[in-house]
Amino acid sequence: MEISLSINGGVRSFDVEPRTLLVHLLRDEAGLTGTHIACETTTCGACTVLMDGQAVKSCTVLAVQADGAEVTTIEGLAENGKLHPLQEQFWEKHGLQCGFCTPGMILTAAQLLERNSDPSEEEIRHGIEGNLCRCTGYEHIVDAIQAAAADMKK
Amino acid sequence: MIPADVDYYRPATLEEAVKMLQNYGTEAKLLSGGHSLLPILKARLAQPEILIDIGHIPGMSGMVMENNAIVIGALTTHHEIASSPIVQKACFLLAETAGQIGDVQVRNRGTIGGSLAHADPAADYPAAMIALDAEIVLTGPEGARSMRAENFFEGAYETAIVGNEILSSVVVPIPPSGSGGVYCKAAQGASGFAVCGVAATLTLGNGTIESAGVGITGVAGAAYRANRVEEALAGLAPTAENIETAAAHAADEVDPLEDFYASADFRRQLARVWTGRALAQAAERAKS
Ligand SMILES: Cc1cc2nc3c(=O)[nH]c(=O)nc-3n(C[C@H](O)[C@H](O)[C@H](O)COP(=O)(O)OP(=O)(O)OC[C@H]3O[C@@H](n4cnc5c(N)ncnc54)[C@H](O)[C@@H]3O)c2cc1C
Ligand code: FES
Ligand code: FES
Repeated sequence: MEISLSINGGVRSFDVEPRTLLVHLLRDEAGLTGTHIACETTTCGACTVLMDGQAVKSCTVLAVQADGAEVTTIEGLAENGKLHPLQEQFWEKHGLQCGFCTPGMILTAAQLLERNSDPSEEEIRHGIEGNLCRCTGYEHIVDAIQAAAADMKK
Repeated sequence: MIPADVDYYRPATLEEAVKMLQNYGTEAKLLSGGHSLLPILKARLAQPEILIDIGHIPGMSGMVMENNAIVIGALTTHHEIASSPIVQKACFLLAETAGQIGDVQVRNRGTIGGSLAHADPAADYPAAMIALDAEIVLTGPEGARSMRAENFFEGAYETAIVGNEILSSVVVPIPPSGSGGVYCKAAQGASGFAVCGVAATLTLGNGTIESAGVGITGVAGAAYRANRVEEALAGLAPTAENIETAAAHAADEVDPLEDFYASADFRRQLARVWTGRALAQAAERAKS
């Protein structure tokens, strides 16, 4: 089936089987391997991307469901070579260790800050419930998101 | 993990979707948000030949106020319901229920119609629909019919949907002033599904309980109305003692489930305790 969607600002067309998952389209067809795949069971959030501005687990969306949508992956977050404040602060505050969860975590955080520009620690922890990190213990992730929120208000 | 090979159709209207169901029968499955169906297809627990994606049908999502009720389109997502100022103000219990489903990504995709039609015995909405006396609207080849939520859930993953019907909307009466509602649950650690979820509404008048609504999910094969609890509360003052006595009947009329998460006895106990908590908080909210 022919579909076309905007990926990180550029409209692209693909011929996909209906059963193709969005995560595989992004990684294998569009070559954007920043979107990670881990549990494949809608649990870990590593595959999170933004679809029409909303965080979704791309292992649980069919590519055909994203026909006509605007998708943002981690590769599309920086603007003109300048890292997004979340990317800067994950770096600055050590919000990652192995980095496997990081693209999904950052995109979920981006939507969180879009909906709530000044989240409390509790709201951040609640907001990243759908993203698992096996390394950091979350402390530095929460710090990074808080710091990015402050940066984005400047 | 990818689904088996499948054909895919995307009807433009509800009528067209009903026609497709008529044409393809049991070989076809409806697809809304996909957050129950896609995990099942990926695990190959089901292998339909055709997916009918109703997810883009215009007019099937969103909320409007009509005749003292909120009419919610089947495709309205959990996030939309949880974050709607209308729902938060007119029917807080419903927003509270939607906000406790899964995680934010699940709430962004999952729909109320999909959740109710799927009828997972541990899903959250069914309890709220029963407590709130909601009507569920089904559209089929002969037009639409509606039924009370408590008659809709027939068992685990079994509903009153027959043949080629599509759940098209839900009508939730707005609770009267002087009432308070709560949804709370003992959640499974990983998924957030309810091991025991209780939705409770209390309407107070002159310091006594005029009416109570209690819906319980996760405990039995299907979500149910706790009739005995509701009856025990009518006409009494909302005191801690009266609430506790009534809540003791929360699992009187059901055979609790037994699984990895909880034994039948523990579920019975959870039902009593969480019903008590829900009612106590509903009474607080009704007073404020
Ligand atoms: C990780 C995870 C955690 C979750 N946690 C919770 C939780 O804590 N609480 C909870 O309640 N739920 C939870 N869910 C389930 C979630 O709420 C689903 O979104 C919901 O159950 C299904 O809605 P959907 O729109 O995604 O339906 P789909 O998956 O598209 O469809 C589900 C079923 O209903 C049928 N169907 C869909 N729409 C209609 C319709 N309009 N009319 C008739 N039949 C229809 C489909 O054919 C399918 O059989 C969780 C899901 C995941 C993946
Ligand atoms: S890979 Fe999609 S949620 Fe884990
Ligand atoms: S940094 Fe390793 S999983 Fe999060």
